[in-house]
Amino acid sequence: MNRQEALFHYALQMGDNALIIGQRLSEWCGHGPVLEQDIAITNIALDQVGQARSWLQYAAELEGKGRSEDDLAYLRPEFEYRNVLLVEQPNTDWAYTIVRQFLFDVFNFYLHAELQHSTDSGIASIAEKSLKEITYHLRFSSEWVIRLGDGTAVSHRKMQQALDDLWMFTGELVEMNELETGLASSGIVPDLEKIKPLFEARVAKILEEATLIKPESPYMQKGGKQGLHSEYMGFILAEMQSLQRQHPGLKW
Amino acid sequence: MSKDWPLWEVFIRSKNGLSHKHAGSLHAADAEMAIENARDVYTRRNEGVSIWVVESSHITASNPEEAESLFDPAKDKVYRHPTFYDLPDEVTHI
Amino acid sequence: MNLEQQFQAKIDQEIKIEPRDWMPEEYRQMNIRQIAQHAHSEIVGMLPEGNWITRAPSLRRKVALLAKVQDEGGHGLYLYSAAETLGISREELIDQLHEGKAKYSSIFNYPALTWADMGAIGWLVDGAAIMNQVSLTRTSYGPYARAMVRICKEESFHQRQGYEILLTLCRGSEAQKAMAQESLNRWWWPALMMFGPNDTESTHTEKSMNWKLKRKKNDDLRQQFVDATVPQAEFLGITIPDPDLKWNAERGHYDFGPINWDEFWQVVKGNGPCNKKRMNDRIKAHEEGAWVREAAMAYAEKRRMRKEAQATEKVA
Repeated sequence: MNRQEALFHYALQMGDNALIIGQRLSEWCGHGPVLEQDIAITNIALDQVGQARSWLQYAAELEGKGRSEDDLAYLRPEFEYRNVLLVEQPNTDWAYTIVRQFLFDVFNFYLHAELQHSTDSGIASIAEKSLKEITYHLRFSSEWVIRLGDGTAVSHRKMQQALDDLWMFTGELVEMNELETGLASSGIVPDLEKIKPLFEARVAKILEEATLIKPESPYMQKGGKQGLHSEYMGFILAEMQSLQRQHPGLKW
Repeated sequence: MSKDWPLWEVFIRSKNGLSHKHAGSLHAADAEMAIENARDVYTRRNEGVSIWVVESSHITASNPEEAESLFDPAKDKVYRHPTFYDLPDEVTHI
Repeated sequence: MNLEQQFQAKIDQEIKIEPRDWMPEEYRQMNIRQIAQHAHSEIVGMLPEGNWITRAPSLRRKVALLAKVQDEGGHGLYLYSAAETLGISREELIDQLHEGKAKYSSIFNYPALTWADMGAIGWLVDGAAIMNQVSLTRTSYGPYARAMVRICKEESFHQRQGYEILLTLCRGSEAQKAMAQESLNRWWWPALMMFGPNDTESTHTEKSMNWKLKRKKNDDLRQQFVDATVPQAEFLGITIPDPDLKWNAERGHYDFGPINWDEFWQVVKGNGPCNKKRMNDRIKAHEEGAWVREAAMAYAEKRRMRKEAQATEKVA
C-alpha cells in the first residue's frame, strides 16, 4: 500500500466512525428525553455527519477514481466499513447513548488534538476544524455522565449498567491496526500508545466524579477496524443505504 | 418529582460591541445546562458570541399598572434632549 | 373606559399586549390554546420527517433534513416558552397533549411513506404553515409575535429544502418523477385542510380577528396558498390532483374543488391513519425520559447543597 492509498483508507476509517455514530445519534431526533436535549443531541449528530462528509470527501479526492462522498457512504458493503464497534452499538436509552458518546469523545478528543499536527495537511485541517466540535461534545457528554452517575439511584444503576456493557468496546479505540502503525511511522497519525494513558486518565477522572466504577473486565472486543462488525451493522447499512440500493445510479 | 426543570431567560450578545439582548427562554436543571441549551437553541445560526442565563424566578419586573407613574413623568423633561437648546447656526461642532 | 375597553383600544392601536399587562381571561385562554396547538404541531411534526433521517439518500440531504427537523423542535420550544408567559407550565401543556385534550395540526396524522414525501412536506406543509406564520408575526400578544418572527426567519430554508428535493426527483428518472407525483396526490388535500374549516364554520374567527390573535381568515390564507403553489407545481411538471382547479380571471385567483371536510373532521377526532402512533411515540419519549429529567434535577439539587455546605464551612 503506498502513502496515498494508506491515507485514503485512514480517511475512510475516520469518516466511518463519524458517520455511524452520527447515524445512531440522529435516531434520537424527535424522541429525546426533553425538548432541549433533543435539540442538543441532534446538534452533535449534525457535527458528526458533517465530519463524516469532510473525511469522505477527502477520501474520494485521495482515491481519485471519481467516486463521491455518497458513493463511499452508500455503496460500500459492510466489510469495507472500518468504524470501531463502539459507534455502531444501539442507542438503547439515554444512559447507553451518553456513555457511548463519552467514551468515543474522550478518545476522539485526544486523537484529533494530535491529528491537527499531522504531517498531512488534509488530515490536519479536517482535524483542526473537528476538534472544536469534539471539545464541546466531550464537555457535554462528561457533564451528563457526572449528572446521571451522581443523580438518582435509578440513573446511577442505568449508567453503571451501560458502562459495564460498553466497556469491552473501548480496547479497540486505542489499539493500532496495521494501517495506523504504518501511518504513525511517518508522523501522519499519532501513536495510539501515547493516547491510551490520556484516554484512561480522563475516563477515570470523570467516572470518579460520577461515582461510577470502571469495569474490571480486561477482555476487549475488536474487529471493526478490520471490517468485522457486530450484528447491528448490517441493519444500520440496510436502512441508511436503502434508497441508493433500490434505485441505483440516480441523483437525489 | 415529575416537575419541569426550572425556566431560564437567555440573553445573547450577537457581536462584541453590542449589549446582551433577550433572546427567549428555556428549561434546564442547572446553570451549566442552561448555557449549553441556550447555545443549542438560540445560537444554531451563528447568532452569538456570548450568552447570559438567569433563572426566570430571579427576575423582578416593574408592574405595568404602575407604568404611568413610573414612565410618564419623563415625557415632559424636554430639557434633557439636545434639541431643547437654541444655538445660532454659526456655532458648529457642538 | 373600563379595562376591557382600554385593552381593545390598545389592540386597535397595534400596541402589543405583554405578559403582565391586564387582559381578559378569554384572551389569555384563547392565546394559550392557539400557541399550544401551534407548539404541539411543531413537536408532533418532527415525527413523520424524523422517520426518514436515517434513510436520507445522500449525506447532503441527511444534514439538511436533520437540521430542519431540529429547527421544528426549536420552534416548539419558542412557542412553549411563549405560552408559559401566560401562566401555564410546559408540563401542563404536554400533559394536555398526551391526554388528548389539546389539538395539533391534523396534517401530521398522515404517514410519510416515500422519500418524495420529504419534498412534499417541505414544499406544501411548510409552505402552508409559513403563510399562516407570516401573518402571525403581527399577532397582538408580544411573546407570540416575537416567537413567530424568529420562526419565520428560520423557516425560510425549510420550504426551499422540500422544493429542491422534488425538483431533483422531477428532473430524475421516470420512477423518481412518479414518486413525486404520487406524493403530491396524497399531500395536496390535507395541505389545503391545514388552514382550518371555512370561516363560516369556524367558531372563534370573529373574536380572534377583533383581538388580532389571528390576522387573516382561513379562506383567504388558503386562497393565497393555492395561488402561490399552482405555478410551482407547473414548474415541477407534476399535476395537482384537482380536476376543478382553474384560473379565474375575473376573481384574479385560482378556483379549486370542494374539500372533503368529513375526512378533515374524522382525522381531527382521532381517526386519521397515524393519530395513535404519533401520540404513542410522544408519550413513549416523555415517559422514557422521566428518569433522565429527575436525575438531572436531583444532581442539580445535590450540587447546590454541596456548594452551600462549602460556603458555610468557609465562614465557620
